[in-house]
Amino acid sequence: MEHIRTTKVEQVKLLDRFSTSNKSLTGTLYLTATHLLFIDSHQKETWILHHHIALVEKLALTTSGCPLVIQCKNFRIVHFIVPRERDCHDIYNSLLQLSKQAKYEDLYAFSYNPKQNDSERLRGWQLIDLAEEYKRMGVPNSNWQLSDANREYKICETYPRELYVPRIASKPIIVGSSKFRSKGRFPVLSYYHEHKEAAICRCSQPLSGFSARCLEDEHLLQAISKANPVNRYMYVMDTRPKLNAMANRAAGKGYENEDNYSNIRFQFVGIENIHVMRSSLQKLLEVNGTKGLSVSDFYSGLESSGWLRHIKAVMDAAIFLAKAITVESASVLVHCSDGWDRTSQVCSLGSLLLDSYYRTIKGFMIHEHIHSCQFGNFLGNCQKEREELKLKEKTYSLWPFLLDDQKKYLNPLYTSKSPKFTVLEPNTVSFNFKFWRNMYHQFDRTLHPRQSVFNIITNMNEQNKQLEKDIKDLESKIKQCKNKPTDGILTKELIHSVHPESPTLKTSLCFKEQTLLPVNHALRTIEGSNPADNRYSEYAEEFSKSEPGVVSLEYGVARMTC
Amino acid sequence: MEFAELIKTPRVDNVVLHRPFYPAVEGTLCLTGHHLILSSRQDNTEELWLLHSNIDAIDKRFVGPLGTIIIKCKDFRIIQLDIPGMEECLNIASSIETSEWRLSYVNKEFAVCPSYPPIVIVPKSIDDEALRKVATFRHGGRFPVLSYYHKKNGMVIMRSGQPLTGTNGRRCKEDEKLINATLRAGKRGYIIDTRSLNVAQQARAKGGGFEQEAHYPQWRRIHKSIERYHILQESLIKLVEACNDQTHNMDRWLSKLEASNWLTHIKEILTTACLAAQCIDREGASILIHGTEGTDSTLQVTSLAQIILEPRSRTIRGFEALIEREWLQAGHPFQQRCAQSAYCNSKQKWESPVFLLFLDCVWQILRQFPCSFEFNENFLIMLFEHAYASQFGTFLGNNESERCKLKLQQKTMSLWSWVNRPSELSKFTNPLFEANNLVIWPSVAPQSLQLWEGIFLRWNRSSKYLDEAYEEMVNIIEYNKELQAKVNILRRQLAELETEDEMQESP
Repeated sequence: MEHIRTTKVEQVKLLDRFSTSNKSLTGTLYLTATHLLFIDSHQKETWILHHHIALVEKLALTTSGCPLVIQCKNFRIVHFIVPRERDCHDIYNSLLQLSKQAKYEDLYAFSYNPKQNDSERLRGWQLIDLAEEYKRMGVPNSNWQLSDANREYKICETYPRELYVPRIASKPIIVGSSKFRSKGRFPVLSYYHEHKEAAICRCSQPLSGFSARCLEDEHLLQAISKANPVNRYMYVMDTRPKLNAMANRAAGKGYENEDNYSNIRFQFVGIENIHVMRSSLQKLLEVNGTKGLSVSDFYSGLESSGWLRHIKAVMDAAIFLAKAITVESASVLVHCSDGWDRTSQVCSLGSLLLDSYYRTIKGFMIHEHIHSCQFGNFLGNCQKEREELKLKEKTYSLWPFLLDDQKKYLNPLYTSKSPKFTVLEPNTVSFNFKFWRNMYHQFDRTLHPRQSVFNIITNMNEQNKQLEKDIKDLESKIKQCKNKPTDGILTKELIHSVHPESPTLKTSLCFKEQTLLPVNHALRTIEGSNPADNRYSEYAEEFSKSEPGVVSLEYGVARMTC
Repeated sequence: MEFAELIKTPRVDNVVLHRPFYPAVEGTLCLTGHHLILSSRQDNTEELWLLHSNIDAIDKRFVGPLGTIIIKCKDFRIIQLDIPGMEECLNIASSIETSEWRLSYVNKEFAVCPSYPPIVIVPKSIDDEALRKVATFRHGGRFPVLSYYHKKNGMVIMRSGQPLTGTNGRRCKEDEKLINATLRAGKRGYIIDTRSLNVAQQARAKGGGFEQEAHYPQWRRIHKSIERYHILQESLIKLVEACNDQTHNMDRWLSKLEASNWLTHIKEILTTACLAAQCIDREGASILIHGTEGTDSTLQVTSLAQIILEPRSRTIRGFEALIEREWLQAGHPFQQRCAQSAYCNSKQKWESPVFLLFLDCVWQILRQFPCSFEFNENFLIMLFEHAYASQFGTFLGNNESERCKLKLQQKTMSLWSWVNRPSELSKFTNPLFEANNLVIWPSVAPQSLQLWEGIFLRWNRSSKYLDEAYEEMVNIIEYNKELQAKVNILRRQLAELETEDEMQESP
């Protein structure tokens, strides 16, 4: 709290991001220890977690006030205008401090309390049990075993305690190999394909320089290839561009020399490093935030950002990996420099293509990467750090929350009928890659379709379940009615004979067909066509106020498009 | 089209008639070709018979679902009708109101305008003689005609060819009178010229031009540039070429897609259509749209504005009627525009994917409002195919006059007669459709527009998995309908059984 000087500012304007005419909402801005909160005059709340803030900028003073632009890691961009510069400056300074918390303990995850008791909290953390997960894959088995070499994090600080390695790889070999690998990240099992008996392994780059060798490392690779009874050849995929890998040799690092390792096939796949990726994403977001963006600028921006090129590179690598396993039954060792960015991308995407389990929610959690820090899962950089932080005692796991709320994340068209090893073979022709609007513009609702097929089908699925239940209930009630004493039927026939116009018929005619779609109706309300939609009513006012000349109309469309 | 055809709701029950000094009468309101009739349907009660021609003006008011029409007659009488149901009230009002417009047979022999149909709708106060004069002042004889009437507020979309002002600013009194006659007192209108100001000015050298605001003081002119002819054709050729090369790396694909400019054209056309729709629905102003000939970009804009404004044009029959009215009857030269497609090397002067761009724009709106259209993507693809090559006569010829001469009605089959067979219709029906009576405003931001894969990538990639997903969606919807029907039957059954029980218990 010591960073907060001003906790509340009134008469703050929130600008519409794409509006060319500085359309805005007026409201009050609050600063709490964990969040920035804006409540507009319609009582609509915008919450921003300090930790989500990627960048705060104070722009030059304007006549209406001092502009404050906040860019978030989840692609939300908000543009405030604070009437007094002093307030703006206070908030700016506070946010600078609050968004750059150096210590983990200051993060929101440590103060977040979702009202769970300790046993619930513990269960949340136990939801994902990696040993259980390897058991599902069929490990340990006659070729692969659990190694306790890293039990005290002695060999590699950034690896977990439990690691799976080939059964024939002895501890001295593992230790020797780890000394020959950057950050000690020696080859370990990432995914085992039970059906093909082939493995995906991961590691960091070898410290080969121009000519260095390590017999233990060579042995470990050979052990991996021997652990595959079907195909003795294994692939070594260096996920970096060849040039980068070669440059690393000068620093005493580098890549495997095919001559020194038996039975390996070495392959570069050319995924760019995190620095290139980061600036690519920045470029992409910058282009997309442009007001009045033209189609031409959008596509040339998309091209020059290189974002889709990077996506395609990762996909191609994953497909290469999956094919090596399914077509050749070959094991694959994947690395990049440190083996924690590109390697993770390729290994997890590869196993997603190979194993339908990872396409379920529970299965996907293992690979899920999201930013939210209300939960401890993505805090810290490795298991060791997470243990030191005592995350399990101090924070909550994200997974039980996702599982509880999974309806929101379920694909209504998913069929679980396909067998475990149905391989996905996505087509990576360039035109199949598209800009992911729902991700990068997730807060810019006006850019999205106004009716969501996904929501409608999801609700219909839910409703179908309810209807099935209703049918069962009704059928049993009808059965009960029919099973009543038989003299009822006699009476019924009597009535029928007395009254030619059957009263039962009347009832059925009066019976009103029930519409059973209340939820869907609400969902199908169209945002842009709702008269209460602030955007249009305000627009209409402006329209009539201004001279109906060319400019105002042009302007009208620009508004409407944003 | 007779007046009777303008009657959308011929009968409404429970209408209440208020007249000064008389008690209110509740009864049934009927519209015939000549009269408005209100009858209480009881003996000894007088009926109201009002000639349409006696109506001088009407006012509409709404309180909740109850609509009120106040009819002011030429004999100074004022009566009030309370009509339950907004839709009914609007239909009745528009039927008796459109008397500001009339059908003209001036083009019966295609002599006044060869590219117009024999019957057109024009302001009532303008006679055929004046229309003949206006035709000489408009490109291709295309004098301003009614394209769309917005029931909600009585505003209209008209279309025409460019005025032939030439370099010395020729005027035409009848033209000015006609255009002004479409405005109500004190109302303003907008002329949307689908060319940039520059292009419109250059057109004067060739005898064309644009309306001088000084001569049309109630009108404001807006220029919105929509590309034409070979520029569009080249765009199509580039796009198809880009889509057909599977070896392009990402950068090359994106730069080719951008260089084709196809989506830029889509954005231009959609933006102009949205602008037209905004003038009508938001600004409450009538509009006149034209470019040069008034047979290409003009029709893109008038027809898309109707998709946005008019729920009926989003149904299958409504869309067919829109194509018939705004494209075929309106004289879009299909024969010339669709003679060749994207693979033709020889330089042709008249080819242009104007109609395909229109269909693409509809697809873009359909994607943003996936539940508001009765038809699906396949319907649009089918129309594209038949515009370029067809066993039916519908898209043959360049206009009605040519179709008449070719005796297509006698010698060929109509596409619609085939499409409207139930077995065909089922392929084109959108399972998500739920009638939406609102105006739908699409987003035209580049991030919201997409390449129409169903057309351009159709032969370049397998759609197996997408088709499977679509099928699954249809299954869920069908299953839902089945379950609902079953629940209703069971509920009815149970209700019957329970009534029987009650009957037994209380004899």
